[in-house]
Amino acid sequence: MPENKTDLKETTREEMAYEPYTIAMGPQHPATHGVLKLDLELDGETILDCKPTVGFLHRGVEKLAENMSYAQTLPLTDRLDYIASMANNVAYSIAVEKLLGIEVPLRAKYIRTIVMEMARLTGHLLWLATHALDIGAMTVFLYCFRERENLLDMFEEICGARLTTSYTCIGGVRQDVTGHFLESLYSFTEDFPSKIAEYETLIDKNRIWLKRTQGVGVVSAEDAVSLGLTGPTLRGSGVEYDVRKHMPYDAYPYVDFEVPVGSKGDVYDRYRCRMEEMHQSNSIIRQCIEALPKGPIRAPDAPDLVMPYARQKRVVADATFASGVIKLMEDTEHFIEGDVYVSAEVPKGELGFYFVSDGRGVPYRMHIRSPSYIHIGALPFLCKGQMVADVIAIIGSVDVVLGECDR
Amino acid sequence: MPAQAGGAARRVDASSAEDNEGGDEVESLEIAKKIQEKYPDEVVSISETRGQVSVILTKDRIVEILRWLHDDPTFQFNHLADLCGVDYLGKKEVRFEVVYNLYSIPLRHSIRIRAQVPEDDCSIESVTGIWMGANWHERECYDLFGIEFMNHPDLRRILLPEGWEGHPLRKDYPLDGGGKNWSGYDEVVEKAKKLSQYDFYGIYQDPTKKTGLEDAREQD
Repeated sequence: MPENKTDLKETTREEMAYEPYTIAMGPQHPATHGVLKLDLELDGETILDCKPTVGFLHRGVEKLAENMSYAQTLPLTDRLDYIASMANNVAYSIAVEKLLGIEVPLRAKYIRTIVMEMARLTGHLLWLATHALDIGAMTVFLYCFRERENLLDMFEEICGARLTTSYTCIGGVRQDVTGHFLESLYSFTEDFPSKIAEYETLIDKNRIWLKRTQGVGVVSAEDAVSLGLTGPTLRGSGVEYDVRKHMPYDAYPYVDFEVPVGSKGDVYDRYRCRMEEMHQSNSIIRQCIEALPKGPIRAPDAPDLVMPYARQKRVVADATFASGVIKLMEDTEHFIEGDVYVSAEVPKGELGFYFVSDGRGVPYRMHIRSPSYIHIGALPFLCKGQMVADVIAIIGSVDVVLGECDR
Repeated sequence: MPAQAGGAARRVDASSAEDNEGGDEVESLEIAKKIQEKYPDEVVSISETRGQVSVILTKDRIVEILRWLHDDPTFQFNHLADLCGVDYLGKKEVRFEVVYNLYSIPLRHSIRIRAQVPEDDCSIESVTGIWMGANWHERECYDLFGIEFMNHPDLRRILLPEGWEGHPLRKDYPLDGGGKNWSGYDEVVEKAKKLSQYDFYGIYQDPTKKTGLEDAREQD
């Protein structure tokens, strides 16, 4: 205790031998949404610098893909953004189809659009659940998982898997949807807007929620574009960039939807964008079910690139699977030399696949442009000058999955 | 309160997406030709695959060209969609290429720039000054291909640990990693073994006894 009051007043930081200190947040931290490590340099509770460390989940997907046929790489894409794997399957398929020059049948396009939007709902529901839990709203977590379970059960009905779906194939989808699936999905979409309203009653005007999110992690439109942010994270800053509108694929040109855009670029606006997007996804699913045309579900000019499933096993000349795959890998009929970059709008942002082909049935080089990787790269920019508690809100609001980041 | 429920997110009807449909290929080719007109010595060739146009350049004036594409009001390539390396070992004369996929959000056109990087001079100028987001893309490319980016603010390995030998996405790097362990591997395993022997209860029975954790710290 100082002897008198003046001593206390005159003590400055320099006299206190003050120096900034560093703490490591993660890799085993529940709010980092995976194995992400952040080295935070702090001045009291203010963040001076933030250095993310990634790579704990690096599995070398790109190297593996260079040694497998195109059809074999498809299941690997489930393991990128593992909470919305349908969207990755679709993104991968449209990229390979662009390289092959295949036109997918209309029914398959509509089915893909349905599953893509279902994946967006599952992704956004899990995001809302964990984001709210991180900030302290426990109940939202339980509510969101209730609806997410319904969607995952429907995934199981069409392809047999809840999370690692591998539902699409090159040139279409693996199997047709059933009437029961469409009926249950349609009745789900009838209820779902009221469920979104339920989540909003919990947090939308909650004073704690507003204090934790408004004015936090602000990024201007110009900086957001320069940082390479995409998806709702970019649209929260007011930039109207959505791959579904800018480079329409599958059935998106035929459906009517709007792109929600924020204005301030803070955590709250990004939250609002995703909530509005859920309404839009719901409407897209309804439109697709209503307009679902009849017809084939697989392009006729890509038969050999389909994995041989039960019905086709007899058709495949080679009895064993292994030799069939080698035949596919040495296939030079279907592919041309060249390179394509095709992207799709997945829940997190723009997922792009860049293929270099040398004409064989194996990609010469595959590069995955994953939105989470870029978003984590933007964290130092977003976190500087914020409080430690805000880091949690910011990580939640940029919506990252480390499986996709590290590939 | 500025943001009521549903107030912060305004909706934009982006129906103008169809306006540009069909014109994309032609426009990309025109852009490629404009680049060739302005930098005839730099452009090696122009190639097209499925309507997507690539301009292949030498690496010397890459930053100048990309800055021009970014700033010029007729191009406005403000979105660096993707940056990656490609190894053409034994396929092409120049071994590496750094690929920039550019997109213009306001004007809705795209182009691909491929800069040639020879093996004996394996470096290229960084574009972090033009797009901030290029930072991690370039670190990844450095990590997996060993292409050095000059004037990069923080060029370190990113997906692989420090001290990793070789660059895995090069074509001469074996798929199984050549059977060698990472140099820090044994150290990590030893440390984990020591920490697993941590005696949780012994310290209460015998306060003088050293725990595994303290042992490990002392050796550090």
